[in-house]
Amino acid sequence: MSDGDGASERTTGGFVVKRGLADMLRGGVIMDVVTADQAKVAEDAGAVAVMALERVPADIRRDGGVARMSDPELIVGIQEAVTIPVMAKARIGHFAEAQVLQALAVDFIDESEVLTPADEAYHIDKWPFTVPFVCGATNLGEALRRISEGAAMIRSKGEAGTGNVVEAVKHLRSIIGDIRRLTQADSAELFGWAKSLGAPIGLVREVAEAGRLPVPLFCAGGIATPADASLVMQLGAEAVFVGSGIFKSAEPERTARAVVEATAHFDEPDTVAKVSTGLGRAMPGEELSELTERLAQRGW
Amino acid sequence: MIGILALQGDVREHARAFADLGVDTSEVRRRGDLQGLDGIVLPGGESTTLSLLLESTGLFDPLERELNAGLPVLGTCAGLVLLATRVEDGRPDQRTFGVIDCTVRRNGYGRQRYSFETMLHRSSSGTPPPTAPDGVGAPWSEGGELPAIFIRAPRVVSVGPDVQVLARIARLSVRNWSGQDSSALSGPETEEHGGDLRGDGSAGGDPALCRQGNALGSAFHPELTNSRDVHRLFARMAGVKGAGL
Repeated sequence: MSDGDGASERTTGGFVVKRGLADMLRGGVIMDVVTADQAKVAEDAGAVAVMALERVPADIRRDGGVARMSDPELIVGIQEAVTIPVMAKARIGHFAEAQVLQALAVDFIDESEVLTPADEAYHIDKWPFTVPFVCGATNLGEALRRISEGAAMIRSKGEAGTGNVVEAVKHLRSIIGDIRRLTQADSAELFGWAKSLGAPIGLVREVAEAGRLPVPLFCAGGIATPADASLVMQLGAEAVFVGSGIFKSAEPERTARAVVEATAHFDEPDTVAKVSTGLGRAMPGEELSELTERLAQRGW
Repeated sequence: MIGILALQGDVREHARAFADLGVDTSEVRRRGDLQGLDGIVLPGGESTTLSLLLESTGLFDPLERELNAGLPVLGTCAGLVLLATRVEDGRPDQRTFGVIDCTVRRNGYGRQRYSFETMLHRSSSGTPPPTAPDGVGAPWSEGGELPAIFIRAPRVVSVGPDVQVLARIARLSVRNWSGQDSSALSGPETEEHGGDLRGDGSAGGDPALCRQGNALGSAFHPELTNSRDVHRLFARMAGVKGAGL
């Protein structure tokens, strides 16, 4: 390690710098954008990062067909428009799409159920990548499996593109509730937990000891209003992804800014009330019983 | 009592670092939280987001007055951007406190794939700066090493005459975590690794830890490592007591 001539090794792509970027985004809002102009609106409103997409989940849901990684031209255009981190989505199991996103130097890769899965058995082995990954989860077992594959951030799946927060709440409560129960388990019971969660015992022990996941837990899937953001932050999410909720609303600039402030001040109802006032129509949203496909059921 | 700006970013890690030293901390979210502080930390996060939230909460102006009046401040990564007098590649309307006379370039080492871990060395940090009036010197503990994590870090491209550079990044040698030499990577940002040698005869590369008066700014994240040397240095600057100091 030590050296006389002032040269020293730098290591890129280690887990510490991957999880470290996730940590820097805590308390912030990550917004879905489909153009460079929307990306600038997001940055101006105080987003900590943007997710570069061809279509927001609400439109993917409406259009049907196979949803794939975005065109690199779109991603590069958004990278050039903003100074905040740019994320992009790869299909579940599609490691070649992830390699392309890494070659484009996106800052975070979302292995996402919003796109059509490419592999019905395996998620991407995320360890060999230099760029960090975020993955969705509906429960603690799924979260720990993704972490064991190398994910540096977990987000609840919720039900993307619906503007309905009910599934995000269900997934967050499931993950955080099981974490609370794990902290009460004795050492022998942890083996049973590992078996029932389908997760490595080492990670189960780590969670039981720390009382939290070894990577940040963010919330996604159906957040449409400042109060939604406050709700999921109070339930224990560490940051918020907003997809269709911003640019499907009547006033995207104001909605974006309001969600940012409500996330930072999630436990101050006066602030949430102030920023919620006069925002106009939120995205219309969908009742879950009317959906033909649940995106959250993709992945395992 | 050390306040930690808790609008966005890695607040918890700073709180833990001070707790390890037995130093009390409190979260700063609104004006009233500035009362009775011996020092304040501006944590890592997104500097554009932090600037906006500082304005919208009405914290910017009172905090600026406190800093100009000498309240000790530690800024890490985004926090350093907020302390710098000049910001390159920031937003045109981005306000900073300007208490460290330096120019920083946001994301000056490239995008996330170029974020890195390294060890800072006393030997490659140049001549030890003169000790500040409060008697607090450089952050080196006995080994003369400091682990440093740079995440989309700001690059300090120049410092004014009143700035003490307490630590510098060593010269370039990049190795990928998987053992691959990153200099072999092609890509638009590869050249951003270069230009480390400043050509001014100083032993190492870019300034990593800078002090001016009561302001301490680091381009890296000491709070993400197990070393407490930077937090210990700041606690001494702030004159607080702690069992681990």
